[in-house]
Amino acid sequence: MLPAGLALPKSLIGPVLITTLLIGAHLSFGILDGYQKLLLAVITSIVMENLLHKYTKGSFKGISSAYVSGISAGILIRSAYFWPFALTAMISIASKYVLRYKGRHLWNPTNFGVAMMLLIAADSTAVLSIQWGNHMWAMVIIWLVGIFTLMKVGRFNITGTYLAAFVFFAWVRTYFTGDTFLTEVAPLTGPMYQLFALFMMTDPKTTVKNPWAQSAVVVVIAFVEMLLRLGEVVYAPFYALFIVGPIALVIEDWWQSRNQPISGAEAVPHT
Amino acid sequence: MKSSTLKYGSVALMFVALFFVPELIRQFTDQTDRSQASAEESLERYGFFMEEVSQELGVTFVHQRCDVDDPLKHIQPQIAAMGASVSVADVNNDGYQDFYVTNSAFGEPNHLYIQQSDGTFEEQASIYGVADLNQYPKGSSMGSIWADVNNDGWEDLFVYRYGKPVLFINQEGQRFETFEGPTQFPDWVNSNSAVWLDYNTDGYVDLFLTGYFKEDVDIWDLDDTRMMPDSYEFATNGGKNYLFRNDGGRGFTDVTQKMGLDNRKWTLAVTSVDINGSGFPDLILANDYGVDELFLNEKGKRFVDMGPASSMGDIPKSGMSITAADFYNQGDFALYVTNISEAGVLMQGNNLWAPTGSTTIDGIEVPTYANTATSAGVEQGEWAYSGAVTDLNNNGTLDLYIANGFYSATPNTDYWYDYTKVVGANSQVIINASNWPAMKERTFSGYQQNRLMLNDGSGRFREVSSAVGAALDKDSRAVAFLDIRNDGTMDMVVANQHAPVSVYKNQVNQDHAWIQISLEGAQANRSAIGASVTVEWTDAQGQAQRQKQSVSGGEAFSSQSSRVLHFGLGVMDSGAVDKVTIDWPGGNRDVYESVRHSQKHSLQESTSARFDN
Repeated sequence: MLPAGLALPKSLIGPVLITTLLIGAHLSFGILDGYQKLLLAVITSIVMENLLHKYTKGSFKGISSAYVSGISAGILIRSAYFWPFALTAMISIASKYVLRYKGRHLWNPTNFGVAMMLLIAADSTAVLSIQWGNHMWAMVIIWLVGIFTLMKVGRFNITGTYLAAFVFFAWVRTYFTGDTFLTEVAPLTGPMYQLFALFMMTDPKTTVKNPWAQSAVVVVIAFVEMLLRLGEVVYAPFYALFIVGPIALVIEDWWQSRNQPISGAEAVPHT
Repeated sequence: MKSSTLKYGSVALMFVALFFVPELIRQFTDQTDRSQASAEESLERYGFFMEEVSQELGVTFVHQRCDVDDPLKHIQPQIAAMGASVSVADVNNDGYQDFYVTNSAFGEPNHLYIQQSDGTFEEQASIYGVADLNQYPKGSSMGSIWADVNNDGWEDLFVYRYGKPVLFINQEGQRFETFEGPTQFPDWVNSNSAVWLDYNTDGYVDLFLTGYFKEDVDIWDLDDTRMMPDSYEFATNGGKNYLFRNDGGRGFTDVTQKMGLDNRKWTLAVTSVDINGSGFPDLILANDYGVDELFLNEKGKRFVDMGPASSMGDIPKSGMSITAADFYNQGDFALYVTNISEAGVLMQGNNLWAPTGSTTIDGIEVPTYANTATSAGVEQGEWAYSGAVTDLNNNGTLDLYIANGFYSATPNTDYWYDYTKVVGANSQVIINASNWPAMKERTFSGYQQNRLMLNDGSGRFREVSSAVGAALDKDSRAVAFLDIRNDGTMDMVVANQHAPVSVYKNQVNQDHAWIQISLEGAQANRSAIGASVTVEWTDAQGQAQRQKQSVSGGEAFSSQSSRVLHFGLGVMDSGAVDKVTIDWPGGNRDVYESVRHSQKHSLQESTSARFDN
């Protein structure tokens, strides 16, 4: 455990963790096509965030949230071109300022950006699905570091429940696909799922508040993902989160408004 | 209206506009000509027109994929994915180019097409004794390459298989006999490519043979289903590559380890060219599940892996074809490597390694490269097996033909989803064929159209296959060029997996001049493999032009084009090119000035001069 004086603020845990994983993976396996595309995504994300915040709220914003969005886009998006990296970052950040419901944004920005890019630019964009060496030790280290960090910030219940639900639904899928259990559970051992389960699903701004509800929501996400997988949708987890996440937030808001008086408008955009 | 509402509205408008960006980019950057032009229109627009003439010319070959052992049946189209190949040679020294195509199913013959004086072909594989090569346990043919291994003036044939490779010696153009000399060829190798090169410049061509599946894997009698790659991008369990030294035409000795070429990547393609002008041929490899590799030849003593130092060995992809070509008419070779791209799923993109200069490491001059495929417009293939190069419209720049398509089965079905389940997974999952989902006759990157990328001379390429009559959507593998009828145009043979071969006759704008150079080595190997020819000419606008080509011992994917070098020259005012410079392997240089164009020149190596390396 870090000495108290060296403890990271919670807001920096995400950026530090994802940067550490990225550097480790790149130095080990050269996962990036080049630093330029990653930098483009990060810089675009930070600039977009601050421009929009300044324009709509009159002040600049910190870079932590935009940095995570940018770096996630830079890792997840695969393209020979530069523009998809910038466009993903722009759509991701802009979605936070446009797609809002009662003062909060509904989609995890990177999830929204990636899902949209797969719809509008599939001929030039794909998503990370294969890399980081496929070796056991790299996978185990990333999972352990990620899970340890999530436990520290009190969000492991989300990822843990999702992992259990994915494994269960993988077993269910074997009855429909005829493939082995190992085949169905195999995607979980890849890097795309590490980013998805460790970072995207646990985004505090776009998950419901109650821990039990959080667990229930990720079970639904895993279930929808199973349905999409049975329909042979390659990027099923992204679409499942894209569909279920906002609905859960709206239901939570509706539930809260039924049971307690509104405490006041929350107008500041979340990250 | 409130200020906040206006601001929200303007941000929302901008947000919506972002969704139209990809379409705008498509509109501005896509130069594909999808029109179905007539021959006249195509000649007018692009200077050439191609016509599929297989039946007309008497070419009836149909490739049959091989069967596999029961534990692999569920993914048979992936395991038996290759074997359709084509290689070109003048078998009987009659001045007309012939070609050989391989089959893969047991009991199905390979075909040898001998060109007649009228441009038609006669199938004579049985007569020549090179038909029945697909028998268990000898193996299943995957490809072939030609060279005069004993310098007797006749082209000999090497066939690599999933099984025992075999070398045939040409008996003065009448028939072939199996090479009887001592060789250290492996008893079993799962090879998809090979190349001839004279690595030690002793005047005899040596042989580099690649391995794909490990050599202890027999896909018809499988011991262990853990025979798939242990990683999709960093695989280390592929077949061994081999370098065999030709001992004066009398035998072949395995010098792989001695020469530093031990390698267990999943090599799918190899070519050889003197990439750094050292006088010694180098090796360039395209590896599936790994990075491209550049092995520089250190004066015939050893090969040194300079892929990372040259900047072409960093990013792992699914390399399937490698071709060296002077696309930019600079006198330097760029390297084109094909990979896999599937819209929305996998975006590897093809590589065009353009020369950027050189650096010196441990006394070796190492050329450096940058991947310019995107800016050149040749990044997007699909499941791209072959990237073959020639000047199809004789305009003086080299064009590119990309063979696409993996497995065309039931239309409107797709295996990609199942594929991504395992290839993104941990090595313990991906390595075992039992974990790979059954294909169940689903299409896997099938029905993809090949691309004919026309070089505009400024470093940009335009896809024109439909407009010039060359549209083809079979599961193409190998591509070779040859001049049928010796009329100064490069024609094309495309070998398609589990499908008929496609032969295209090319009709070119007669205003475009050309020159062909046929070489014969004296000190160098008689096939002149590895010799580089630079043609310099002045075009009709008075611009000085030059282009370099090399006599190849095998290139692209499982193919070897005609070794008569063909240079398009565009419109010429004069009747001759300014200069032809020949750099022979071993160091001789021959220079010819004011050489008449629009004809073929047969040149022998003069042994009087050596240049200083």
